[in-house]
Amino acid sequence: MLTCKDASRLISEGQERHLRFSERWGLRLHLWICVNCRRFERQIHLLRRALRKLAQRAEADTQGPDLSPEARERILAALAGGDGHVH
Amino acid sequence: MEADTGSPERWLDEHGGALYRYALLRLRDEHKAEELVQETFLAALQARERFSGGASVRTWLIGILKHKILDQFRREAREVPLNEAQSFGGADDDPVENSFVSDGHWSARISDWGDPHKALEQGQFWTILQYCLDRLPERLARLFVLREVMEEGTEEICKDLAITPTNVWTMLYRARMGLRQCLDRNWVGETRE
Repeated sequence: MLTCKDASRLISEGQERHLRFSERWGLRLHLWICVNCRRFERQIHLLRRALRKLAQRAEADTQGPDLSPEARERILAALAGGDGHVH
Repeated sequence: MEADTGSPERWLDEHGGALYRYALLRLRDEHKAEELVQETFLAALQARERFSGGASVRTWLIGILKHKILDQFRREAREVPLNEAQSFGGADDDPVENSFVSDGHWSARISDWGDPHKALEQGQFWTILQYCLDRLPERLARLFVLREVMEEGTEEICKDLAITPTNVWTMLYRARMGLRQCLDRNWVGETRE
């Protein structure tokens, strides 16, 4: 019988590779009887969705971190210098 | 006549902030993020005749920036090989160890985060997610961001960072355990029991 620790590892790895037949059945059996691991599995799925959305949110978030005025000046100066490197 | 890409000053006005946030989320370092944004604008300036006008300027710039970020990751991986040994601090802080008791059961109840749609609509969820991401050990976060934010496959990650798939799986597991635990402790959503 899988422990919760084994099950959590399989749930995570299931996002990365095809689990073997025996792993899938072991996990299914474990999830059937274990409410904590069922919740864990839902959390892991939510994390994946959230991280994918995070990228879009971050770019569109004009209230979020931004280039400082000094950084903008530095970049403009570099661009005005044309194609040379500025290091 | 070249495609209309606007002036570099306008690029900076219109896309500088978005590029910076794109870079910062992935690099987690303000200085490096600024540097790569600058390099992106310089590269774009040199390559502007080649801009087809097919994609939006933003998409074109982001494409250049993404390449630069991946190059940076590869360079850093060559300099300091990524290994899974990087810890969260002591064993007490290691979310894989402290989440379980010795017989492999969870050491604490796992919360029900409720309806995922509702969770993702809460502003607070995103604030805490960012807080928790910032607290992951640097290298774990790097790998996690490559996989989950940049959606690179395991194979590319192995090639880019010169590590084995088993290593990648172990590190992703550790990152997920850390992030989940942090959210469980800090996120008190309405949907939570």
